[in-house]
Amino acid sequence: MGVKKFIVGCFDNEDVLFPAVKSVRKAGYKIHDVYTPMPIHGLDHAMGLRETSLHTAGFIYGIIGTTTALTSITWIFTRDWPLNIGGKPHFSLPAWIPIMFELTVLFAAVGMVLTFCYLCQLAPFVKKHHFHLRATDDLFVMVLEVTSKTNEADTINFLKKAGAVEVNVQVAEDGWWLGRYDKEQKLYQGHGETVIV
Amino acid sequence: MSLKEQFTVPGRFRTISLSLMAIGIVSLVAGYFLYGTGDEHYQVRFWGTLIHNSVFFLLVVNAAMFFICATTLAMGGWQLAFRRVSEAITVAVIPLGVIALIVLLALVLGHQHHIYHWLTPEGDKILEGKSGFLNPRFYIIWTILTIGGWIILGRKMRLVSAELDNGPVPVEQGRKYVFRSTVWASLFLVWFALTVLSTAPWLWLMSIDAHWYSTMFSWYTFASTFVSGIAVMTLFVIYLKNQGYLELVNREHIHDLGKFMFAFSIFWTYLWFSQFMLIWYANIPEETVYFKPRVEGAFKGLFWFMFVINFLAPLLILMRAGSKRNYTTVTFMAILIIIGHWLDVYQMVFPGLSQDPETGKYHVPLNFFDIGVALGFVGLIMYSTGNALAKRPLYVKNHPFFKETIIHHT
Repeated sequence: MGVKKFIVGCFDNEDVLFPAVKSVRKAGYKIHDVYTPMPIHGLDHAMGLRETSLHTAGFIYGIIGTTTALTSITWIFTRDWPLNIGGKPHFSLPAWIPIMFELTVLFAAVGMVLTFCYLCQLAPFVKKHHFHLRATDDLFVMVLEVTSKTNEADTINFLKKAGAVEVNVQVAEDGWWLGRYDKEQKLYQGHGETVIV
Repeated sequence: MSLKEQFTVPGRFRTISLSLMAIGIVSLVAGYFLYGTGDEHYQVRFWGTLIHNSVFFLLVVNAAMFFICATTLAMGGWQLAFRRVSEAITVAVIPLGVIALIVLLALVLGHQHHIYHWLTPEGDKILEGKSGFLNPRFYIIWTILTIGGWIILGRKMRLVSAELDNGPVPVEQGRKYVFRSTVWASLFLVWFALTVLSTAPWLWLMSIDAHWYSTMFSWYTFASTFVSGIAVMTLFVIYLKNQGYLELVNREHIHDLGKFMFAFSIFWTYLWFSQFMLIWYANIPEETVYFKPRVEGAFKGLFWFMFVINFLAPLLILMRAGSKRNYTTVTFMAILIIIGHWLDVYQMVFPGLSQDPETGKYHVPLNFFDIGVALGFVGLIMYSTGNALAKRPLYVKNHPFFKETIIHHT
C-alpha cells in the first residue's frame, strides 16, 4: 500500500488488448492490473497470474465443516443429551450424514465467499481508486506501475502504439481505505492530480 | 488446417472386439450347459446374468443419446467436437436393444417365475395388489414400446445430425436446423423420462424383488448408467485421440468430461444414500428386507467395494482440476467407474435370485460366466461403435455452434 504513480492505457477492443498485454510484458513493463467490464477467458494466463488457491481453501473449509458436524453431533447425541429415536443406537451415522453434508457445504461456501472478498479487498465502507470509470462499462483498462527505471514518455508511446485509445498518468493510492463511493473525498491533497496526455 | 475426418477401423481394434465377442459367445454357451439346462435354481443363475448384462449395457449406450439430447436442449456447443463419437456409441442401442428385448420377453413368456415372482401372484396379497402394473401383458407391451422408442428416436437424432454433412449451412437454415434438432431431442427426453427415469428399471430390475419397492430406484439406476455412459464416451474419445483423430478435442473437453464423471458419481451417491437412509430410518421390515442381504449379508463385501470405487475413488481422485485434465487419470477412472457400476447393477439383480430356498442363506454367484458375458457385450459395443464411426465424418463441422467447441475454454 502506498501512493504510487501509474500509467493508464485504455483499450476499446478485446482483440487489441490481448496482443497489447503480451507485448507490454515482453517489453518488461510491470502490469499493476487490467480492469475489464466482463470476465475474459485466458487473460489471467496472458498476464502471467498464478492459479488461484481459492479451491484449496474451499477444500479445507469443507473438511473443517465435516469435522465440526461429526464431532458436535457425536458429542450431543452420545454424551450431552442422548435421545432414544426409534430405538436406534445413539451413534447413528446414517442419520448424521445429511447434517455432515450440509455443514460441509455451508463452511465451504461461506468460507470461500469471505476468502474471495478478502483477497479482492471487498467489504462495506472499503474504497479503492478507480483508474477509469468506463472500466465497468466498455473500456479495457491496463494499468502499468511507474518504477524508478520507467521512462514515462516512452511508455506512453509504447501503449499508444499497442493500440490504446487513451493514455494518462495518475498518482494514486494502490490499496484500500475506509470511505464511501457516494461521497466525494479528496484523500491526498497535492498528490491527486491527473495528467491527461 | 485440414482435419482427419474419416475414421477407418484399425485391424487391431476389430480383432479385439471380435475376440471379446467370441469370449462372450463361448461363455454364453458354457453358461447355458452349466446352468441353463439344470433345474430351476441353475436356470435362475443363467437368466440372471443375461438380464444383468443386457439391461446394464443397453442403458449405458442409451445414456450417450441422453447426453446428446440434453446438451442439444441446453444449446451446448462444447461437446460438438466429439458429438459423432457419442452418436456412434448410440448405434449399439439397436443390437443391444434387440438382445435385451429377447432376454426380457423370454423371461416373461418362458414363465420364469423364480426370477419374476409376480408372474404367479395367486394367493399373494401384495403381488395381487400390484398386478395392475406388474402383469405380463403390460410388461411385454411396455418393454417393446420402450426399446422401440429409444431405437426410433435415437435413429432420428442421428439422421438429423447427418444432414449437416451435405455442405455449409447458411444462417437462416442453421436456425431452422437448431430448432428442429431441439424438437427431436426434447421428444427423446420425454420418452427417456417415461422409461429410464421411471418405468423401465421398475419393471426390468426392481420387480425381481417383487414385494419390495422404492420410487427412487429408477433415478438411482439412471445415475449409475449415465455416469458409466459418460465414462464410455470418454474412453472412446481418448482412444480416437491416441490414434491421431479428433485433433479439435483437447484437455478442455477432457476436463469437462471428467467433471461430468465426478459430478455424476456424487449424484449417484446422493441417490444411493437417499434410498438407503429413508428405509434405514423408517425401519419397516417389508422395506429393510432389500438391504439385509446387501449391506449385512453375503453381498456385504461386494456392496462396500462398489461403494468405495463408485464414490470415494472419484471423489478423491477426480477432485483436483489437474487430474481431470490428465488423460491417464481420466482413462483409469473411466474404467474403474464402468466396473463399479457394473457391480452396482449386479447387486441390484442378484441378491433377489441367490437365496437358498431351504436354508434361507444368500451367496454371491459371481464368476467367469458373468465376466465372460460382460466382455462379450463390451466387444459388441466396440464393434458397433467402430463401424458406426467409420460411416460418417468425425466432425459435425457445419453445425452452427461448431466454433464454440474449437475455442472451448473451461
